[in-house]
This record gives sequence, C-alpha cells and structure tokens, in this order.
Amino acid sequence: MAANGDEKRSRREDAGGEEEEEEEEENGGMIMEAWERAYADERSWESLQEDESGLLRPLDTASILHAHYRRRLLRRASAPASSRIQKGLIRYLYLVIDLSRAASETDYRPSRMVLVSKGVETFVREFFDQNPLSHIGLVIIKDGVAHRLTDLGGTPDSQIKVLMGKRECSGEASLQNALELVRDYLGQVPSYGHREVLILYSSLNTCDPGDIMETIEKCKKDKIRCSVVGLSAEIYICKYLCEETGGSYTVALDESHFKELLLEHAPPPAAIAEYAAANLIKMGFPQRGADGVIAICSCHKEAKVGGGYTCPRCKARICELPTECRLCGLTLVSSPHLARSYHHLFPVTPFNEVTSMLLNKSNRKTSQTCFGCQQSLGNHGSTSLHVSCPKCNQLFCLDCDMYIHESLHNCPGCESQRESRSYDAKA
Amino acid sequence: MASLVPPPKLYTDDVSLIVIILDTNPFFWGTLSNTSALTFSFSKFLNHMIPFVNSLLLLNQLNHVVLIASGVASCGYIYDSATAVASDGGQKVPAVCSEILSRLEEFVAKDQRLGKGDLRTVAGSMSSLFSGALSLALCYIQRVFRSGMQHPQPRILCLQGSPDGPEQYVAVMNAIFSAQRSMVPIDSCVLGMQHSAFLQQASYITGGVYLKPQQLDGLFEYFTAVFATDLQSRTFLELPRPVGVDFRASCFCHKKTIDMGYVCSVCLSIFCKHHKKCSTCGSDFSHGHSELDRKRKHSEV
Repeated sequence: MAANGDEKRSRREDAGGEEEEEEEEENGGMIMEAWERAYADERSWESLQEDESGLLRPLDTASILHAHYRRRLLRRASAPASSRIQKGLIRYLYLVIDLSRAASETDYRPSRMVLVSKGVETFVREFFDQNPLSHIGLVIIKDGVAHRLTDLGGTPDSQIKVLMGKRECSGEASLQNALELVRDYLGQVPSYGHREVLILYSSLNTCDPGDIMETIEKCKKDKIRCSVVGLSAEIYICKYLCEETGGSYTVALDESHFKELLLEHAPPPAAIAEYAAANLIKMGFPQRGADGVIAICSCHKEAKVGGGYTCPRCKARICELPTECRLCGLTLVSSPHLARSYHHLFPVTPFNEVTSMLLNKSNRKTSQTCFGCQQSLGNHGSTSLHVSCPKCNQLFCLDCDMYIHESLHNCPGCESQRESRSYDAKA
Repeated sequence: MASLVPPPKLYTDDVSLIVIILDTNPFFWGTLSNTSALTFSFSKFLNHMIPFVNSLLLLNQLNHVVLIASGVASCGYIYDSATAVASDGGQKVPAVCSEILSRLEEFVAKDQRLGKGDLRTVAGSMSSLFSGALSLALCYIQRVFRSGMQHPQPRILCLQGSPDGPEQYVAVMNAIFSAQRSMVPIDSCVLGMQHSAFLQQASYITGGVYLKPQQLDGLFEYFTAVFATDLQSRTFLELPRPVGVDFRASCFCHKKTIDMGYVCSVCLSIFCKHHKKCSTCGSDFSHGHSELDRKRKHSEV
C-alpha cells in the first residue's frame, strides 16, 4: 500500500489540477474493492510527506500545527498597527446555518451538515468563553426561507440543544431571506453593541425573492458586519457581501480547515469605530444569595434554596450570571466576566523565533531550558526551534508558546519581573 | 533533564501532581515574625512545609511535587521531585530537605539582588509576584498534560502571605481562567493577616479549597488534613466549604466597591458615575445615552 500511496503522492505533485479528475475517474469508472475504498476514503497518502532525499516520512504534525499557529498569531498581531486596539467586546451575533439540499453532500465527512453542526457546537462554547458579555442567536435557511431557531441569548447549552433537534436539510438556500430576517432582529440591539452575522454557506447558489444587492446595501447602512465561511467554492455574491459590510469571507478546504476558519470568528474582531457608538452601559454586580434562603427565581419560576444572585436594582432572584434582569432589564454581570475579556485588550506580544545556532553563539548554556515548563530545549523532538519573548528575553518551547498565546494570555517571564510591567497603563 | 515519564507508569486516579507556590516575600515574613502576638518565622514555616512535601511523596510512590517560589522581584522553580529522583537515585528525606533548602537560599539571595533597585517603594504593602508563579505552574502542568494519555492529576497549592498586588489583577485572572479551562483546581492557604481576594476567587472559580488557618503553629495538621487529599478522595470528604466570594466590582475612579455602575462599552472600564469621556480608552460618550437601552426594554415588554 505504501507504493500505492507513493504513486498517488507523486501524481498529485506533478499533475496538480489533473489529479482530481483522475480520482473521479477512478471512483466512477472502476468499481473499487472494499479494501481499496478504505484507503481511498481515508486519503492515507495525505499523512505522508517527502523529505529532502525523496524518502517518505510520516507528516510532522507538531511542527505543522505550530506553523499554522504562528501564521494565525502574526496575522492577528499585524492587522492593527496602533498599540491601542479597539475591539468589539459586546457582540450581538446571528449564526446563519445553511441547511439546504447542498448541506447533505458528503464531500466533507460524514456530511456537510454534521460537520457544520459539530462546528457550531464548539464555536458557540468558544464564543461565550471568549466573549462573556455577548449574545448569539441561530438562524437556519432551508426550502428557500430563513427561520429563526433561537433568540439572541447568553446560554450556550440551550442554543446547541435546539440546533441538534433540527438537523434536516432540504430545498434551496436564500441569502436574501436570511439577511432580511437577521437585519430585522438586529435592529433592536442597543447602539453600543456590535451587530454581526456569520453565515455557514454550503450552497453554490441563492434563490432570492428580490434584489439581493438592495439587501446588502441595507445591511451596510445598518452597520451589520457580515462574514461567510463557505463549504463549497467561492461565490461572488458572498465575497461582495463581506467586502461591502467589512466582514471576512473564507472557504474551507477540508474538515479541520473548516473548524479553524470557524473558530477564527470567536475572538472579538477589531472594532470599526463608526459601527458601534461608544457608550456607558449601566450594569449591576449582584451578590451571591446567602445559604439556606428560599426564593423564587425569576428565570425558571421555581423556588430555590440558597445560591443564586439578587438584582441590585429590583431585588429579583436570578440563577446564573451573566444575564439581563427579567424585571428591570439591567445587565447583570460579575467582575470575573469583565476580567475574562481583558486579555483581548492587553494581548501578549508575539514571541520571536530563535534557532539553536544563535543560542550557542551567545553562550547562554545555562538557560537552555524552557522558562515556562523547564523542558530542555536542546533535544526537543526533531525541531530545534524555540521562541523568546521580546520584552523579558526568556526562552520558551513551542508548546509553551502556543499555550501562552492561546490560553494563558500572560508571559510568565514578564510576570516574574518587577519592572516593565505591561499592565501599568491599566491601573 | 530526565524525561517526565520513563516507560509507561500505571497512573491510578489518586496519583497527583502537586505544584506548590511558595511565598518568599521577605517583607511579609519579616512583619509576621516581628508581630508580638504571632511569632511565626520563615524557618518555622519550612519546618511545617518540608515534612508536608515528604508526606505527599510518601502517600503514593508516583506522586509528583514541584515547588515554585514567588519572590519580590522574580519567580523560579525550587524543587521537582521527578528530576531529584534521577540525580541521587534514592528519595532520602535529608536529600529532599537539603535540596529544597539550598535552592531556596539561592533563590532568596538572587531575588534580593534583583529587587535591590526598587525596594525603596512602600515596603509595607509589597506584594510578591503571584501572577508569575501561577503562570509558571500552569505551563508546567501543560507539559504534564502533553506527556501522554496517562498523567498524574494536577493541582496547585498556593501558600501565600503577602497582600495582593492590584497591578497583577488582569494577569492573575487570566491564569485563573486558564486553570479553569484545563480543570486544574487551585487550593489556597493564606498565612497572612487578611484574606486574599485573589486566592478566594482562584479557589472559587477553579473548585479548589480556600483556607485561612487560625493557628499557624498547627500548619502541618492543616496541610495534611486538607491539602494532602487527592482530587478523587475529595468527593468522599467534607473539606472546608467554599466561602462566599464577593464578586462585586470596584470602580476605576474611586476604587469603591459598587453593586451598580457604568461600564465602558469599548474597554470595559468600570465607573460609579456617568462620565462624558472614558478615562481609560478616551472614548467619547456624549452622543449616546445610557437610558436608551432601558427604553428599548420597556417597549419590548
């Protein structure tokens, strides 16, 4: 089978575009044996790569992952040139899911629809993790009409549950109907909120009742930022929509690429100044109720013992934060919710790549371990690449680099120093 | 450094990785031993702490203890039971003790040297670099997560005495959320006079135990009774209940604790009164009006 993989690989290299046709021929023309199909379906040749001497080696997933991550990080860092970036932290996002006939295609495994719904599940969780003060709502398009599944809300679980119950696809997709519906609902959002639409589009066409250009123009006027993640080919109307409204248009290559593209929409985008008016929002910081006190909560209308929070304005009992008070409409949060968003405003500077050659020259043998996890940097896998923080000059291994920028949002080196603290401006 | 796991060990669910964050702030320990009511010095504290480290290692032969010191001007690894085994073959108690003591001495001397420059600042309220130590601990724990499918259950124990440094707030919260995401509980034992708001939040959010011992002389008993229990056994035990944490915010303008206030929609700064302009990010609020959304609510209802 290795030979087969080899052959396919080389074919793929020199043929490029032809390759796909050939595959189709193979699939359609010849009837494959079951064991052959297993290999063809898993695309086992894609997990191999050629090294300098032409030998096949298993793909070095770790280094590829890191390269991906570096690209993402640098792109994020380079976009806003100024030091003070404004981010749209309070987002009102409608997630539009295309459940037309095209979503039942199985070019993504197991099918486009399953992939999309799984992706939405991870996305919604990640979204609320990164934007605790934001709201999300779900809209589906099928049979030529758009239908709102869930209202703008703050709890991920209920949203996901509703979507999982509605996973059927049929009919055509209509971009215009979806945009009109979402535009209608987003009109009620407060002026400080950032209005966004994220469309997961499987179809190659759109069946509209009227002129979609007018709808796009209206979206632009209403300051709705529209983004599209495509699952088939690039479509002009989607590209035009995103360009006009300041969103981003990306088309997925495969399953993992789709996930990656989708999750790129989870961190708050750089704010477009005129899109949302800066405003002071009145918020309440409720205290936890004392243990053993019985009260009826306003969200479930049930008597509950202990726990819960009390709205500071109208004294209604609420089960969970963050939320909006059912009675007086006050936004209720706790200070950790605000703190969860601060890392978007004070991002860790990207680390510089350092090769081990450079290290030996400067004779820093003593610090040959990663400052974060104490792993020795000398014989770390096949790569001899490390990174160093431009501020504190400490060395880190690639794994720590990723962890620091993706999850921790602190540089352990800078935090272990008294001077040049990056948060001085904050206090 | 030896690799973390030589041929697969059988990690049962009671094998723990305990990362202990040690407060070595000389200002705190100085004031604590000078106060007449409590005579508790750093060396006395070590008399409780080192036997505790040994007993953790005794509880399970696969238990793994890492000590991280948080000083005034730096943070650093003091002791790692995984590498200590490799260097002297056996895990003798005097060896553990002497290694911890010598590395600690080194660290404190270095910390003092580094901090020379700016120790002139208000020494009384000098905080130690808790955020740095917590970040290091989390990086180390991530490495253990990477080491294989099976790994010891990690947790962090903070032995903190010095007051919280307000300038570390964002960094500490970032670390707490990261710990929460990777399901690492942060236990805390406060040795100082006042409660620590940072540690209360850390333990509450991550599901760890927060304890402020009444009697510092009985520290070893507190350690063994509360903090030695592994995560699996905690489900069967009645450990100190989580204290009610005050999640109210304090405003940026007067540092008052408020239960209702105004938040800037751009940078999330908190104010107790309506301002014309955000003092943090400079956004202008004159054209918008905060009452607008209340009206919207009314019309909706």
